[in-house]
Amino acid sequence: MTKDTTTEEPVYVVDSLIAEDIDAYLEQHEHKTMLRFITCGSVDDGKSTLIGRLLYDSKMIFEDQLDALTSDSKKVGTQGQDIDFALLVDGLAAEREQGITIDVAYRFFNTEKRKFIVADCPGHEQYTRNMVTGASTADLAVILIDARKGVLVQTRRHSYLCHLLGVKNIVLAVNKMDLVDYKQEVFDKIVADYTEFADSIGIESFTPMPISGFKGDNITKLSENTPWYKGPSLVEHLETVEVLSSVDADKPFRMPVQWVNRPNLDFRGFSGLIATGEVKPGDKIRVLPSGKTSTVSKIVTFDGELDEAVAGQSVTVCFEDEIDCSRGSVISVADNPPQTADQFEATIVWMADDAMVPGRAYWLKLGTQMVSATVQEPKYEVNVNTMEHLAAKTLELNAIGVAEVSTDKQIVFEPYSENRALGGFILIDKMTNATVAAGMLNFSLRRSQNVHWQALDIGRKQHAALKNQTPAVLWFTGLSGSGKSTIANLVEKKLHRMNRHTFLLDGDNVRHGLNKDLGFTETDRIENIRRVGEVSKLMADAGLIVITAFISPFQADREMVRSMLPEGEFFEVFIDTPLKVAEARDVKGLYKKARSGELKNFTGIDSPYEAPRSPEIRIDTTKLSPEEAANLIVDTLLGDA
Amino acid sequence: MKTLTHLERLEAESIHIIREVVAEAEKPVMLYSVGKDSAVMLHLARKAFYPSPPPFPLLHVDTTWKFRAMYDLRDKMAELSGMDLLVYHNPEAQEKGINPFDHGSLHTDLWKTEGLKQALDKYGFDAAFGGARRDEEKSRAKERIFSFRTQSHGWDPKNQRPELWNLYNARKAKGESIRVFPISNWTELDIWQYIHLNDIPIVPLYFAEERPTVERDGMLLMVDDDRFPLKPGEKPVMRSVRFRTLGCYPLTGAVESTAKTLPEVIQETLLTTTSERQGRAIDKDAGGAGMEVKKQQGYF
Repeated sequence: MTKDTTTEEPVYVVDSLIAEDIDAYLEQHEHKTMLRFITCGSVDDGKSTLIGRLLYDSKMIFEDQLDALTSDSKKVGTQGQDIDFALLVDGLAAEREQGITIDVAYRFFNTEKRKFIVADCPGHEQYTRNMVTGASTADLAVILIDARKGVLVQTRRHSYLCHLLGVKNIVLAVNKMDLVDYKQEVFDKIVADYTEFADSIGIESFTPMPISGFKGDNITKLSENTPWYKGPSLVEHLETVEVLSSVDADKPFRMPVQWVNRPNLDFRGFSGLIATGEVKPGDKIRVLPSGKTSTVSKIVTFDGELDEAVAGQSVTVCFEDEIDCSRGSVISVADNPPQTADQFEATIVWMADDAMVPGRAYWLKLGTQMVSATVQEPKYEVNVNTMEHLAAKTLELNAIGVAEVSTDKQIVFEPYSENRALGGFILIDKMTNATVAAGMLNFSLRRSQNVHWQALDIGRKQHAALKNQTPAVLWFTGLSGSGKSTIANLVEKKLHRMNRHTFLLDGDNVRHGLNKDLGFTETDRIENIRRVGEVSKLMADAGLIVITAFISPFQADREMVRSMLPEGEFFEVFIDTPLKVAEARDVKGLYKKARSGELKNFTGIDSPYEAPRSPEIRIDTTKLSPEEAANLIVDTLLGDA
Repeated sequence: MKTLTHLERLEAESIHIIREVVAEAEKPVMLYSVGKDSAVMLHLARKAFYPSPPPFPLLHVDTTWKFRAMYDLRDKMAELSGMDLLVYHNPEAQEKGINPFDHGSLHTDLWKTEGLKQALDKYGFDAAFGGARRDEEKSRAKERIFSFRTQSHGWDPKNQRPELWNLYNARKAKGESIRVFPISNWTELDIWQYIHLNDIPIVPLYFAEERPTVERDGMLLMVDDDRFPLKPGEKPVMRSVRFRTLGCYPLTGAVESTAKTLPEVIQETLLTTTSERQGRAIDKDAGGAGMEVKKQQGYF
């Protein structure tokens, strides 16, 4: 007969110090440290029950909540007349109805030594992104296993994800020991199985413990039901394990700059959260990417100047010299700075319903740096259940893969394994502004380190001056048959007559040469536009007025080209012809082919056209003749130029 | 090597969040409700930008039914922080004389929910700081720190942006906005302890004092001014009471208490057996999902 440890203890174990000496209690609480951890497992493993138990045992459940819980347990609970702790943590109405956890929820509790923040994440494969989110800030992971079932596919998946996100402290909580009569053989077998798996994916160490979230065994103190287990209890372990911020404090100093503090001419400070290391007045520092050095003059806070500041603190740092430093810069210790690069190998977790589009430009945010970036076709995708590498053309929702990432300018970084703050990034869709992926930089690619910009004596300014004109790119976009080529031709003729140096890049012509290796899939279309963009940029550098006539259906790709050019030199010219008008004209007979299915991926038919949201010039071809349209474009260009 | 305490880590995290918003939003504002959570949030903002004053205004969406002591502290704190204070009253609610005695939940809908939307639209704020905490209520436990709102201010709990590490995505289309909760990870005890350690001014109503009260539907209400309609035979009784949360005085229940200092208040909070929102009517609407529904409609 086993003992039910819950019924023998008083329900509320209030710290007696609170009632006896509140000042002493506050003093103790003031000095507590904080540990963030994630619990991984599914409803069946008793995850919610375990968290409910931790909250309950540390008196984080109030009477009114307990009343609600008791009545809910009887109504919809799964524990008969007993309290169903799971109901306590499933917060959204939809979750309570379906009896599942959908989203990451954060819970809080205290013990005498620490404050804890628990990220409670759903365990199913379709919620991989939620678990990755929870693991990204965790000091420790509790991997739950049902003692009756042992190491399952999901155990492997959860462990892999935590390991991928760099969670070093792993607790293997073998739960529901009460249902296997607290047998040591069961526990030992599971630990042996898990050890083999952990070794295979590179988990260096983990802490196994036999528990029962439902009965309370080995949660706050060692249970009499498992005399063969020598400890620690779960809470004891959580109270003593080393937290991430103290590990980070031992690394070289790095602080991404968030904001330049300049209240008046006499004060110039750089505000940020110290990512790693420590800093003191008098320290030699280096600002990246510029590489300029200076010395820390003071560390300013609302509560006075500091003698030193460490990883995890938000401060404002002042220098002795006026050197260039702004949002996105990284302040580092002078003699051991992080690297800069613009091409990387990265591990990417895709988090959006729309799959990744290789070659498309996304915003990449890393620390306080925001740049435009493209991801190549993945080298491989990882099967999160078996850790096998699979061939992949893209990454779908919840897929994890390894791919090359290029940024449009050099960024300051460190490999994720060395520094979470300078190695972890998110990707943002430029159209919807949604966060579509999370990534971890593994290393920079050698070719970006060795290819340097060649400084040339004759630059774009000199080229343009000789031609006595301001370079520009007139980027025509519109449906097939909208009139792009016709109008573009007229524009070039007019400019030529006015002694302007021009060049017209036409979609069909480019596809006969430069881009003849490309087809019409989404990826190929993006590469087509990227190449034309780069060629246009070179021609503009040569001082020319470039006119391009491509369908260029995607806003993100047009924005990519825009970002290649100096401000004011890119003119998006939207040739606005309704689909039914263009289709009625059908000069090349392409719409007919597309409608019959002979031609695939045809813009407007089975591939979308994203109209410009705010083009520099919009031509309504139902109102203007080609001649009038060309005049309007030339006037706008020269008027602005 | 110095190990940071939990309050130091929470403080640093909140300051980081506040600075990210200022760096990335076009026109931020801080919602200021004068309560203890607002007090801590304002203090963190002052720390984030010191020696500059916080580079955004304070916005109080007022119902005209707050405690008088709240209006006093509000004006004092605006002056102390060197920030502009904007006070907004929903003109429709004002015109119709909407009040908590005659109009029930309409009072909150019009003055607060609608008033907030109107104020944000009027000034064109694209990011608004709010002092909500995840430990307050179940649906808040699952809300992001950067909570994205549609043009009509709606919240879609199933379509929230993932938040990894300390990377926040503040990008949005024109007309859309974000609500930002810099003290999401603080608990009620953390708030009290931080106020204690930093000597942050709070409304005296949080401390016990003899106050005129009447008992209605199991709640102790304070008769703060002569707009309080007394029922026949009802007479205010002087009781030693304090408040755990502050809102409109006719909707906020007091607790009997003798706690006159912060440590005593904290002691009482820790020994008490009910959660702080228990004194508020709003959570009980719509059968347990009250706050979730309100947030989808645009409530903070």
